[in-house]
Amino acid sequence: MATQQTRTLGRVLIAPAVGLLFVWMIVPLAMTIYFSTRNYNLLEPGQDTFAGWDNFYYFLTDPSFIASLENTLVLVGSVLVITIVLGVLVALLMNLPIWGRNFVRLMVIAPFFVMPTVSALVWKNLLMHPVSGLFAWIMTSVGLQPIDWFANYPMLAVILIVAWQWLPFATLILLTALQSLDEEQKEAAEMDGAGAVSTFFYITLPHLARPITVVILIETIFLLTVFAEIFVTTGGGPGLQTTNIAFLIYSEALIQYDVGGASAGGLVAVVIANILAFFLVRIVGRNLEA
Amino acid sequence: MARKVTTRQAAVSTVGAWVVGFIIFFPILWMILTSFKTELDAFATPPKFLFFHWTMENYGIVQERSDYFLHAMNSIITAVGSTLIAMLIAIPAAWSMAFAPSKRTKDILLWMLSTKMMPPVGVLVPIYLIYRDSQLLDTRVGLIIVLGLGNLPIVVWMLFTYFKEIPKDILEAARMDGASIGKELIYVLTPMAVPGIASTLLLNIILAWNEAFWTLNLTTSAAAPLTTFIASYSSPEGLFWAKLSAASTMAIAPILILGWFSQKQLVRGLTFGAVK
Repeated sequence: MATQQTRTLGRVLIAPAVGLLFVWMIVPLAMTIYFSTRNYNLLEPGQDTFAGWDNFYYFLTDPSFIASLENTLVLVGSVLVITIVLGVLVALLMNLPIWGRNFVRLMVIAPFFVMPTVSALVWKNLLMHPVSGLFAWIMTSVGLQPIDWFANYPMLAVILIVAWQWLPFATLILLTALQSLDEEQKEAAEMDGAGAVSTFFYITLPHLARPITVVILIETIFLLTVFAEIFVTTGGGPGLQTTNIAFLIYSEALIQYDVGGASAGGLVAVVIANILAFFLVRIVGRNLEA
Repeated sequence: MARKVTTRQAAVSTVGAWVVGFIIFFPILWMILTSFKTELDAFATPPKFLFFHWTMENYGIVQERSDYFLHAMNSIITAVGSTLIAMLIAIPAAWSMAFAPSKRTKDILLWMLSTKMMPPVGVLVPIYLIYRDSQLLDTRVGLIIVLGLGNLPIVVWMLFTYFKEIPKDILEAARMDGASIGKELIYVLTPMAVPGIASTLLLNIILAWNEAFWTLNLTTSAAAPLTTFIASYSSPEGLFWAKLSAASTMAIAPILILGWFSQKQLVRGLTFGAVK
C-alpha cells in the first residue's frame, strides 16, 4: 500500500547508493575500454595512438596469457576441491557431539580473519622454508628429504596457503547447513536400516547441495582475484609458474606500465568474471524469492 | 528427540575435533610463539616449541624501526572510515528497499551484487591513473573511497537481509497507537535494526582491514595500512622471522578478536543471506 509519497521518498533514499555505485562501476570501466584501444605506455610519454584490436590480439595470443589462464584455473579448481572436500569432513566432525565445541569453532574459523599478506608470509617462512621451516623439520624427523616448496612446487605452495585461508569459510557454511538438517529424517533412515555411509550419500549430501553451490560460487569470485598471496611469496615466478590472470594484468600495468595492454587484459578478466557472475546472480536471486 | 550418545562416542569425536581444530589453528599459534623468540631461536632446528627464552623485544623493535603505530592507525582509520561511509549511504537505501519495496527493488539489488563481481584488476589501470593525477595515491582519503565503494554492495545487501526480517505489523501497531513517524523511527525501528547494523559494521570493518589488492597497489608508505606494511617483510634480505611474527601478531590480533565475536553473523553476511 505504498503511497506516491513513500514511493518518492524511497527513490530519494536509494539514489545516493545507486548513483555512486553506477559511477564507481561505469567511469573506470569506460576508461578501461578506451585505454584498451590505445597504444599507450607510461614509459613512452607523448606516444598515444589508436591501436584498434591490437592490444587484445597481443594479450590473447601472448603465451603468458595462456599460462596464466591455466594457472588461474588450476588455482581456483584445486582450492575449491580441497576446501569443499575437507570442509564437508570437518563440518561433519564438528556437528558430532563434542565437548568444548565453541572453542574448537574458534580455532577452525581463525584463519579466515588473518590478512592475506600475513598468512602468505607466515606459511612461506615459518612453515615452508626448506631449511628452517617446520615442515622441513617434520620431513627430516621421519627420515624424508625436506621439500623446497617455492622452488619445486610453487603453485602447490600457493594453493595450500589459499586453501588454508578459505577452509574455514567452507566449513562454517556447511556446518550451518548441517545444523538445519532435520534429525528425524536421519533417524528414520537409520531405523529403515540405512548405514552411516548411505545416510550420508542419500540424505546429508543432497541436503548440502545448495550450500556447496553457494560456497563454490562465492569462493570462485574471490579466488579468481587472488593477488596478495602471490605478490608477497613468489612474485608470479619462478618464470610464469604462479602468475594468474590478476597478477599478469598487475605486472603489465604497474611493472611494465603498458596501459593499453593491461586494459585489454582487464577487460578479458571482466568478461571471465561476468560469465561466472551470471550463474551466481541467478542462484542467489532464486533464493531471494524463498 | 535427540539420539542418545554414549560417552565413548562423544569422547572419540571430541578428540577428533580438537585435533583437527588444533591443526587448522596451528600456523597462527606457531606465529604467536615465534613472535616471543629471539631471532636465533626462531631459526633453530629442531624447532623450539615452548622451552625457549621468552622475550618481548621483537614487539619493541618493530615499533622502533618501522613505526608500526602509523600503519596500525592507517588500518584503523581506513577500515573504520570506509565502513562508516558505506553505512551512511547504504542504510537509507537498504531501509527503503526493505520497507517500501517497488517492482524494481529486486533488480537493483541484483545489479548491486553484480558490481561486486567485477574483478578489481579490471579497473586497476584507470583507478591508478585517476589517483595519480588527483594526488590520491598513498593517501588515507583515497583508500577510504576505494574500500568504501568496493564494499558498498555487500553493506547494502547485508543490511537489506536484516531489515527485511523486521516485522512490518509492528509499524502498523505503532501507527495505530498514534506514534508519529519520528517516534516510530526512534522507539520502534531503531532498537530492532541495531543488531543488524552492528553486525554489518563489524563484518565490513574486518573485510576492509584485510583487503589486500587496493591497499597493496595504491599505498606505499605514508598511508600504508598493515597489509602493505607486512608485505614489506617479503623482501629476501628482511628474513627476520621473530620480527615478522611480532608485526603479524599485532596486525591480526584486533581483527581476530572482532571476528570471533561476529562469527555467528559471518555466514549469512558473506552468503548475502543465501545460507543462514
